[in-house]
Amino acid sequence: MASVALGLGGISLGQAADGEFARAVATLRAVGGEGQGNEAAGQALHRLAKGSPESIPALLESMDGANPFASNYLRGAVEVIAGNTLAKGGALPLVELGEFLLNKSHDTKPRAMAFDLIRRADAEAAERLVPGLLSDPSVDLRREAVTRLLGQAEGLAKADNKPGAVLLYRQALDAARDLDQIQRISAELRELGRKVDLTRHFGFLIDWEVVGPFHNKGRAGFAEVFGPEKDAGLGAEYAGLEGKVGWKKYSTDDEYGMVDFNEPYGALKEVTGYAQTEFISASDRPAELRLGCKNAWKIWLNGELVFGRDEYHRGMRIDQYQLPVQLRKGANTILVKACQNEQKEEWTVQWQFQLRVCDATGTAIHSLPKKNAEVAAK
Amino acid sequence: MIVALAGSAAGVFAGDWTGFRGPLGNGLSDEVGLPVKLSAEKHVAWKTALPGKGLSSPLVVGDRVYVTASGGTRQDRLQILCLNAADGSVIWKRQFWVMGSTMCHKKTSVAAPTPVTDGKLLFAIFSSNDLFCLDLDGNLKWLRGLTVDYPNARNSLGMASSLVLAGDVLVAQVENDSESFVAGLNKTTGGNLWKIDRPKSANWTTATVRRDKAGQEQVLLQSGKGIHAVNSASGKVEWHYADGAATIPSSALAGEMLFVPSHGLTALKLGADGKSFEQKWRSGRLRPGTASPLVHGRKVYSLNNAGVLACADVDSGNRLWQLRLDGPFGGSPVVADNHMYIFSEEGLAQVVDLTAPEGNVVGKMDLGEMIQCSPAVSNGALFVRSNGHIWKISRKTRL
Repeated sequence: MASVALGLGGISLGQAADGEFARAVATLRAVGGEGQGNEAAGQALHRLAKGSPESIPALLESMDGANPFASNYLRGAVEVIAGNTLAKGGALPLVELGEFLLNKSHDTKPRAMAFDLIRRADAEAAERLVPGLLSDPSVDLRREAVTRLLGQAEGLAKADNKPGAVLLYRQALDAARDLDQIQRISAELRELGRKVDLTRHFGFLIDWEVVGPFHNKGRAGFAEVFGPEKDAGLGAEYAGLEGKVGWKKYSTDDEYGMVDFNEPYGALKEVTGYAQTEFISASDRPAELRLGCKNAWKIWLNGELVFGRDEYHRGMRIDQYQLPVQLRKGANTILVKACQNEQKEEWTVQWQFQLRVCDATGTAIHSLPKKNAEVAAK
Repeated sequence: MIVALAGSAAGVFAGDWTGFRGPLGNGLSDEVGLPVKLSAEKHVAWKTALPGKGLSSPLVVGDRVYVTASGGTRQDRLQILCLNAADGSVIWKRQFWVMGSTMCHKKTSVAAPTPVTDGKLLFAIFSSNDLFCLDLDGNLKWLRGLTVDYPNARNSLGMASSLVLAGDVLVAQVENDSESFVAGLNKTTGGNLWKIDRPKSANWTTATVRRDKAGQEQVLLQSGKGIHAVNSASGKVEWHYADGAATIPSSALAGEMLFVPSHGLTALKLGADGKSFEQKWRSGRLRPGTASPLVHGRKVYSLNNAGVLACADVDSGNRLWQLRLDGPFGGSPVVADNHMYIFSEEGLAQVVDLTAPEGNVVGKMDLGEMIQCSPAVSNGALFVRSNGHIWKISRKTRL
């Protein structure tokens, strides 16, 4: 069968492609929200799931740039083909899967799936690929390589080769993006007498200007537009809960970048606070704002509302919310609104958030020094 | 006239366990001959490792067992498995990428809600509000990402309401502090038939379904605002019991009576017209904990958070006896052949003889792992799962 180029978001499908295949893939990629296109997708998936194992790399490739619905549909086809093939003692196209995995221009999820398929078919082949995954854009693939390094570092530590262990742990920390691995590595390094700057590793923003308190009576403050949402100029004054309030500097020394409104304002209830900071980006670029917060919150970038959520005290963790944004070269203003509610239980005292800027893999993006803002803008 | 749902969808056979708390959603099974004096050596027919965590209940259709799990470091791999009920071998496994939030309390997991089946299609939802419809051979038919569609529909503690089927309408209860709703979906395509706003408050209960003689279903939605009876075809509220209700244990329907975890336990007699209800009794002494109440014969059973099982008269609510069990309990009990089966979070299976004058624990078996699911009962066996395994418990030689 001749190779056919298909106009599916710029992708080019390989030898397994034909017109019917392409139409089926296009149908899946067209699935939208609220179940739009589901009916046609089910039929298209039925067609694709009958494919041979040789069609798997093309199916993986067709996930590039696909929305999450389409990716899962396409995954459904791969799952059936691979499952049936392996159940019958058949072989998966290891070389093509490996080549797909190693081509980092493909999306991270299908590449990670390719690795999983290789591992199912030939665990030793998968293991040989692991060392090359240490700086992979896929967090899942990176994790494999970090796990391997951790094992080696522990071996050196047990053999009393501390310098060797420290250097391997440093390599592992540089690559690690999962919280559990980062915490484990940092604990090992500290045990070995080395310093670890977790705040910088994660890229938490620690220097802020804060203003408050405003009211949140009956949880109405979340929707109310207070002064900082209209004019966030640092010289501005606003009508606060008990008179005029203005911005004041706040820096956190918490390792995980916690901005705690209870520190400047006391453990208040039914209140709203704002924090803003300036982030100097070296370039126009996509990024993620990653927020952890157990209060109701809203966040703006350069005056544009990114997202908001009115949930209180249901839990908090690092990277709880991952918000894709576009940074502009030079100064970017980030404004956070955090609302505290009326609950009185011990576990509802927190009025705080933590925020970092990173890329899609979770790699920290650091702000340039403020003195560079003008230079960067040029 | 409205009667309790008879659970007779095509493809479902007597003895199948098709959803949360069974085909009728009431925890009752007509199985007989289940083991009573439990022994791991005699009664663990098989034990199979699961690839991910979960506290959803297994389902059983014919000779196959279906169970969900969530794998990966971030629980972002949503898994649906089909096992051979005879030997526990995995017949197929499907894995999908999470589309919503995986954040949840450490005691729960992304595979918290129980799937439902009509005997031909399997519908599985996860705490991330990702919903998949597969045929029983593992072929994906359609999917939804409800948090992709409605971005503030999530709960940082985790979601847990199980799906229910009301005829051809699949009901997804997605109630939380922010974008809170219930959707009636076309079970064939997954598209919205209706979507109604719900109280903005976290809720982990599962709906109950009634069906009238004409085949029209009514969905009884429980929340902190009480019970809303919703027409399954239109999503319109037909009556509202507004005196509040619990947000963890679910109501139990028995004939014309609905037993609601509200101010303890409140018994409502549901009107034959489907438009009204009448409160018959209320007892603060029958307050259920996490486990949902259960009605068997003329008695109602309620298990509180201290592990005390209370038995009361179904007509009056008068407490008849109470029995302390070894808790705590994260799942709900089931009853088969006059025996109640309940698994504690410590992994201790306990069997209560309900014919004894004040109940009697007649069997115990330690499975050694935390169990938070409600067991499934089918074909002479119990099926129960932990975060790591699924067990079949039965007499190894059938009666």
